[in-house]
Amino acid sequence: MQIYDLVIIGAGPAGITASVYAARKKLNFLVISLDIGGQAAWSGDIENYTGYQFITGPELAQKFQEHMLKYDTLLKDSEEVLKLNKTGDIFSVKTNKAVYQSRSVIIASGKKSKALGVSGEEEFKNRGLTYCATCDGPLFAAKSVAVIGGGNSALDAALQLIKIAKQVYIINNASSLGGDEIMRQKVEAAENVVIFNNSRVLSVIGDKFVNKIKIQDNIEVKDLDVQGVFVEIGLVPNSGFATGVEKNSLGEIKVNLRNETNIPGLFAAGDVTDVPEKQIIIAAGEGSKAALSASRYLLTSRFH
Amino acid sequence: MAKSVKVYSTPACPWCIRLKQFLKENNIEFQNIDVSSDQQSVDELMQKSGQMGVPVLDIEGQIIVGFDRDRIKSVLGL
Repeated sequence: MQIYDLVIIGAGPAGITASVYAARKKLNFLVISLDIGGQAAWSGDIENYTGYQFITGPELAQKFQEHMLKYDTLLKDSEEVLKLNKTGDIFSVKTNKAVYQSRSVIIASGKKSKALGVSGEEEFKNRGLTYCATCDGPLFAAKSVAVIGGGNSALDAALQLIKIAKQVYIINNASSLGGDEIMRQKVEAAENVVIFNNSRVLSVIGDKFVNKIKIQDNIEVKDLDVQGVFVEIGLVPNSGFATGVEKNSLGEIKVNLRNETNIPGLFAAGDVTDVPEKQIIIAAGEGSKAALSASRYLLTSRFH
Repeated sequence: MAKSVKVYSTPACPWCIRLKQFLKENNIEFQNIDVSSDQQSVDELMQKSGQMGVPVLDIEGQIIVGFDRDRIKSVLGL
């Protein structure tokens, strides 16, 4: 079986930037991706990526992808990594389609939407319940919807839905909304918004599609009639496949300044790590650092 | 003969954009139905696919929910 120099897991800003650096170091490597562009592709307008005063998430993701493929990089698309092991000096990366062997690995698998963990969530997923307001919001014209969460992503979803839906409920488990002041003011000023603070969702209920949610505050349990449920309660790292790797309490992979993990030859970059601040430009920079560290590791290690 | 292909999508959804790009790259002609513009197309999408997520692909009555590249390839014979 072929042994690669490097396997990069993930093709968001971190993984793609790592691939550009790996290509320029002439490493024999491949990129495994479930979702090219990662969360960047799901962003709305991006105005803080240097060089682009304004670009949309899908456009920036497209440019990243073009940059990666310029080097004829070997890309395994729509593949999900299930298990990562190291035996001796060699890593084995098992996906839903194949197994790859490599001398080094960069984990750049990012984060995904956190689930509510209540009854009805799985059953009504895509039957009224969604994690992407940008995608599915337009289907709820003149309907009543609930946004679950109280941070920036919830506010962003609410601001999109205010323009589309008849009624927007915000179910927030804190005593007041978080997020940026400017977004909060816009949400609070909207006429078709009702905010439920100190509240949590107990269940999502429906027939073929969602028709209500059950919520609870400090005083009582009540039902809200809604056709749409937008879950925006944050993100969790895609690090489950990396067993034996040191992580923090959030499940983020611990890395040092050189993007090294506790396992020699295993590097990590971007939102899946404990790097402070999760930004596209930071993930990209971390990806380049990880590739340079991996390249140095390959040059200086003696493999058996 | 070319199959009739319909894509139900919304303007900013990344998977919709990628799906359409994939079809273009493979020279597949398709009709794009922007469900954000009218309720009737939303009803049509829900009735055909039994769900409310986009994108949905209708290849002569065969419904594919999401950008399922492998299934699209097999249905279109790519």
